[in-house]
Amino acid sequence: MALLEVNDINVYYGSIHAIKSVSFEVNEGEIISLIGANGAGKSTILKTISGLLRSNTGSIVFDGKDISQVPAHKIVYLGLAQCCEGRRIFQQMTVLENLEMGAYSQPDTTIKKNLEMVFERFPRLKERRRQIAGTLSGGEQQMLAMGRAMMSNPKILLLDEPSMGLSPILVDEIFDIIKTLNRDGTTILLVEQNAQKALKITDRGYVLETGRIVKSAKGKELLDDDDVKKAYLGG
Amino acid sequence: MAFLSYLINGMGLGSVYAIIALGYTMVYGIAKMLNFAHGDVIMIGAYTAFYCLTVFKFSTFTSILIAVLLCTVLGILIERFAYKPLRKASSLSVLITAIGVSYFLQNLAQILFGTNPKVFPELMRNSTFSLFDGQLTLSYKTLLTIIVCILIMILLTIFVNKTKTGKAMRACSQDKEAAQLMGINVDNTISITFALGSGLAAIAAVLLCMTYSTFTPTLGSMPGIKAFTAAVFGGIGSIPGAFVGGLLLGIIETLTKAYLSTQLSDAIVFMVLIIVLLIRPTGLLGKKVHEKV
Ligand SMILES: Nc1ncnc2c1ncn2[C@@H]1O[C@H](COP(=O)(O)OP(=O)(O)OP(=O)(O)O)[C@@H](O)[C@H]1O
Ligand SMILES: [Mg+2]
Repeated sequence: MALLEVNDINVYYGSIHAIKSVSFEVNEGEIISLIGANGAGKSTILKTISGLLRSNTGSIVFDGKDISQVPAHKIVYLGLAQCCEGRRIFQQMTVLENLEMGAYSQPDTTIKKNLEMVFERFPRLKERRRQIAGTLSGGEQQMLAMGRAMMSNPKILLLDEPSMGLSPILVDEIFDIIKTLNRDGTTILLVEQNAQKALKITDRGYVLETGRIVKSAKGKELLDDDDVKKAYLGG
Repeated sequence: MAFLSYLINGMGLGSVYAIIALGYTMVYGIAKMLNFAHGDVIMIGAYTAFYCLTVFKFSTFTSILIAVLLCTVLGILIERFAYKPLRKASSLSVLITAIGVSYFLQNLAQILFGTNPKVFPELMRNSTFSLFDGQLTLSYKTLLTIIVCILIMILLTIFVNKTKTGKAMRACSQDKEAAQLMGINVDNTISITFALGSGLAAIAAVLLCMTYSTFTPTLGSMPGIKAFTAAVFGGIGSIPGAFVGGLLLGIIETLTKAYLSTQLSDAIVFMVLIIVLLIRPTGLLGKKVHEKV
């Protein structure tokens, strides 16, 4: 059975039908990508999985449990963490406090261990742990957002455009970190504008068009797919 | 020396404003709303303490404790039944509701307690002490008020910066969705904030009644508005801002009364607020956050 199974979800913003009967699955240990144009509904899907939005149909089964009606603040306790689009770090808190909030769902004893793990992956955050998060550079803020999500030791990590606004070197760094995280056992559901890079590290990808999944295949196959090339890979 | 005595009395008055302002500022910080009923929670606190002391003859400490507990519960109930259903409504609807709650509490108090002024019992004899060979006379009440205010500020600062719940409060005030993703129960955190602010309102009520002993169901209105002004003055949403704003407002008000005009003191206080906001729209300690993209 898949670690995460999204079955036939429909999400509305008022009268706008943003997500139309979307179903997909993520198996344990995979990196799965959702790709699609701006406004296709990628963030909406992630927010629905993490409970910030609700689908009025279908189910979302995580780790054998239907979480589609579980309140958002309880979902991280089950082992599902999301790193939002636009970082959404706590601007006026220090780096360390942001990371502590990431481990809000964890017992005190594991916080220290997780903190070391995050600092090992992002030495820059360790240097700057007393700095107010809002004064970090864009790249550092992205690292903090990812580090914060990792602080809960999730089984699956939902990443919404982690490379947005970063320099090419930092983008590579972020993708390396995603790969390492995955190798160390975290399942990844990735949403990226940078479809080229995303699909390269992806096991399977889903292509989303105006709220509907129109294609799904192995990462490599999507990289070679003519439609995908035209629409998302710049020819 | 007269100036020094006005200054310290101003700090005493300002301390009460600061404690009330904390309620406005914390609630604004997290719920992004102006809880206009906050002043009336003070009034309920005053009546509770009054009846505990005079009718039930409880000790001072027990009476204050009961007032604090009752106001805490009242704060939670107001949030739960008046504001929570409006979490997604426009801020105008919330504001109108808050004003409605304020009138409701005032009218309820008029029915329950009558409109005749009550006289708060003396908790502390109006004893004074002199410094500098009798040139400076201060009352213990003023001193006590200032000390209580400073203690509250210290404890609150520790709570907000060092405890898990306090940090969760700050997280919620900055980004509710992100806070939920961390596992923070936003509804509970908002309740806790209302509870804290309302509990502090009860303490402010007792301090207020110690100085101005006569009170009616509209007791909370004026200090409420002044404290709200203080919160805006200091930077709404900022706890140190409430402290600084409250103290400054109390000092300005007292000095104006002493040197300029008793009648015009309120007008001058509000004028200072307007000037400060024109120069610094976020208030003295208010933060402007630049989002990095
Ligand atoms: N709060 C909202 N209210 C109304 N419509 C919304 C809201 N949020 C998103 N939408 C609409 O829903 C659709 C899907 O939005 P979503 O943010 O999921 O897109 P996305 O695929 O993440 O896009 P991007 O790549 O630009 O981040 C868009 O048409 C968007 O305009
Ligand atoms: Mg998006």
